[in-house]
Amino acid sequence: MAFCTGCSLLCDDIEVDFEGGKIGRTMNLCRKGRGHYDSLCVDRLAPTVDGSEVGIDDAVSKAAEVLAGAENLLLFGWGNSTLAAQKVGVEMAKKLGCVIDDPSSYSQGLITETILKGELPTCTFDDVRNFADVSIYWGDDPSSSHPRHLSRFSYFPRGEKRQRGYEEDREAIVIDVRKSPTAEIAADGFFKIPPGGDGDFMGALMATLGGKIPKVEDKKKMLNLGTKLRKSKFGVIFTGLGLAHSVKGELDEFVSLVGKLNELTRFSVIPSLGDYNTRGFNQTLFDETGHVDRVSFKDGVNHGPEFGIAKYLDACDAVMVVGSDPAAVLPASLARKLAKIPMVAVNSHRTFTTDAAKVTVPIAVAGLEAGGSALRTDGVKVEFDAVVKSDYLPDVEVIERIMEAV
Amino acid sequence: MVSVMEIYQLLPKTNCKKCGLPTCMAFAVGLLGREKTIEDCTPLVEEPKYEKKLEGLRELLAPILSADATETGMIIHTEKCYGCGNCVVACPVNVANDPKGTAIGRGPVSGKAILIVEDGVVKCVNVDQCRRFGPEKVLCSACIVTCPSKAIEFI
Repeated sequence: MAFCTGCSLLCDDIEVDFEGGKIGRTMNLCRKGRGHYDSLCVDRLAPTVDGSEVGIDDAVSKAAEVLAGAENLLLFGWGNSTLAAQKVGVEMAKKLGCVIDDPSSYSQGLITETILKGELPTCTFDDVRNFADVSIYWGDDPSSSHPRHLSRFSYFPRGEKRQRGYEEDREAIVIDVRKSPTAEIAADGFFKIPPGGDGDFMGALMATLGGKIPKVEDKKKMLNLGTKLRKSKFGVIFTGLGLAHSVKGELDEFVSLVGKLNELTRFSVIPSLGDYNTRGFNQTLFDETGHVDRVSFKDGVNHGPEFGIAKYLDACDAVMVVGSDPAAVLPASLARKLAKIPMVAVNSHRTFTTDAAKVTVPIAVAGLEAGGSALRTDGVKVEFDAVVKSDYLPDVEVIERIMEAV
Repeated sequence: MVSVMEIYQLLPKTNCKKCGLPTCMAFAVGLLGREKTIEDCTPLVEEPKYEKKLEGLRELLAPILSADATETGMIIHTEKCYGCGNCVVACPVNVANDPKGTAIGRGPVSGKAILIVEDGVVKCVNVDQCRRFGPEKVLCSACIVTCPSKAIEFI
């Protein structure tokens, strides 16, 4: 049995055959996971300095040089790193007195932080499989982003109290701006909202749950939804980027909606995070500072939007990007800014970010070439071992070596 | 999806009974169910006046007769499949045959599952266990309705 670190579900029932160093037959691995496994032999990163290939030791010492010479340093990424590497990363940020951030600053950081603070109730995927009868996918399309989400946990499997599975025991509700593949499965449970209309939908749902007539076009459908939610025994809301981007940093309405639902029945929230260990980084930094991202260790612990990658790029004079590809995700203007800053990129594969970096340091692929541990998107710790031998160093070792050299 | 009427329109419509069936409509049903082959209709194959109809029929039935379809008529469009395993977990036969594996959302453990995810896409095995197999088939559609990408169809 092998683990898949292709997404934050961290599937643990993978069977894989290796044929002469290449991936042969795989079982239970979704298409996304298969792509992740196949990438083991494609586009791997080499240690480079200014575009020319060097030995790993030279790359590490040059990386340390870049970081040591910076006054306003940003350590970014960490979503595709093991828990041990993330811990060393936070340690390093503390020692160097610099800023540390991860992609959750422009995705679901706020939702995760609210969950970690205890303001939003949460549960594990095993609870969902065993007990949940209503699954709400809000601005979330797991069929595309986490292919095995519905089949492993949230809709199709039989569980302890849900022996009849999706046919009779479960209800899927999708709230989205378009008819996504997940919405195709939910059929009648699909609520189409206009972009940015999540707040209005929350207001209408609150009114419905409060026994009022909602001010929406299809009142009957909304009232039916209210009845369904009121009657459910255990509901779960899976949040996606759609919700995170729509609420624009104001989660109060969502928190009060979940609070209202919890007055009537039991409802939990699980974010569908992108990178395999985003939750791990959020938890590690939260344990250390009380915040999940955008933290500066310059003069004590400071937190704020000015320390997010989108704003801090103006102020910083060096960046280290670990296991992430912000150049591919950020808007072009920010990506251009990033490319002009002296950058150290630590990654297993060649990406847009590593192409723009001054120094690149390769690492092993976690879960395949290196062992470690990570937090699944619901916060459950998963430990995995290496399944194939490799010359690449594990991420934790590389980060430790860079820290020592600095 | 090919309909019986589409096939019937491309047959001689003479009800000559040479195929062993009473009408051309019955033969069209037989063709769709893959109990008969195009060659069983001797006038269509031998007489030159039906040449165009024969060509059209071969074209129409090409996906049905291709090797991709299983004996139950299942076609998996692997280029559309995500490998999400929804069909594997929802399949009632898998649930009954593999209660400790696919029924609870994991990979199959019993070897009796009829749908599995191999190399990132779904694959049909043990086809004789499928509810759509044999003359007394049940028109189960669990794997079709649960597919987010419409990668599974039956002919």
